[in-house]
Amino acid sequence: MLDADDRRLVVATQGGLPLVPRPYHLLAEQLGMTPQEVMARLERMLESGVIRRIGAVPNHYAIGYHANGMSVWDVADERIDELGAQVGALDFVTHCYRRPRRLPLWPYNLFAMVHGRSREEVAQKVARIAALLGEACRAHDVLYSSRILKKSGLRLVG
Amino acid sequence: MDEVDRAIVNGLQGGFPLCDEPYRAVAARLGLSEAELLSRLERLLRDGILTRFGPMYQVERMGGAFVLAALAVPEERYEEVAAAVNALPEVAHNYRREHALNMWFVLATETPGGIDEAIARIEAATGLEVHAFPKLKEYFVEMKLTA
Repeated sequence: MLDADDRRLVVATQGGLPLVPRPYHLLAEQLGMTPQEVMARLERMLESGVIRRIGAVPNHYAIGYHANGMSVWDVADERIDELGAQVGALDFVTHCYRRPRRLPLWPYNLFAMVHGRSREEVAQKVARIAALLGEACRAHDVLYSSRILKKSGLRLVG
Repeated sequence: MDEVDRAIVNGLQGGFPLCDEPYRAVAARLGLSEAELLSRLERLLRDGILTRFGPMYQVERMGGAFVLAALAVPEERYEEVAAAVNALPEVAHNYRREHALNMWFVLATETPGGIDEAIARIEAATGLEVHAFPKLKEYFVEMKLTA
């Protein structure tokens, strides 16, 4: 779990690292810690998985991934773990989760995010998932995103 | 975007070092000066090629919660509803998708109880029913794309 100083560090860095030669020193100054402590706390959060990674977060539209399809599948519950793992292992699937159905509106329980440079490319990849699932899948759909309305990532209130 | 920008976007999606002068260390690896790397990062952020540069936090590992949710928004109210949803700091991202459920967003809150509260606020502000899709199991997550 995070202590109060970790939390202050999260709040100070969730919008991004300072673009200065010594970013951890600047954070240390702002937070009243030593630079060593800032780095040690970030290191600990990386190890525990609180931080997934540190680096650049591209806007996938801007780097050419104009098509982003959330493929959703109605898969037999007794096979979903086995098949979810296989779909997640496909190299073009970036996120793969089991989620609840919301019947009758929403029959799908497996979500696999597929990115591509065009809808045709996404559709080809989705067809590979369909082939993999075969008869274990009763229905599926692909929801293309047509606009990013917001993308700020996590925001703790400071 | 030129080749150097591409190398920055592709090469810096993870592993940014924890050391006194991390930009200098990374710049050397990319064959750039520290000043050039910093000015390119500034530009990539300003132009929206990068949405952020820094730590990517996983709110669930902090004891919080992260839930995908969707709304079926009448077309004529779309902009108004998007503004109301985006106004909540708990909304980490929000996408328009083509489906009867045409607005899909992620709620990230510091406590699991914060999700219900955020959903109630969105329902009160929009008069629309929020459909929540909490993850029951994660099979894979690795969001790295090549520019």
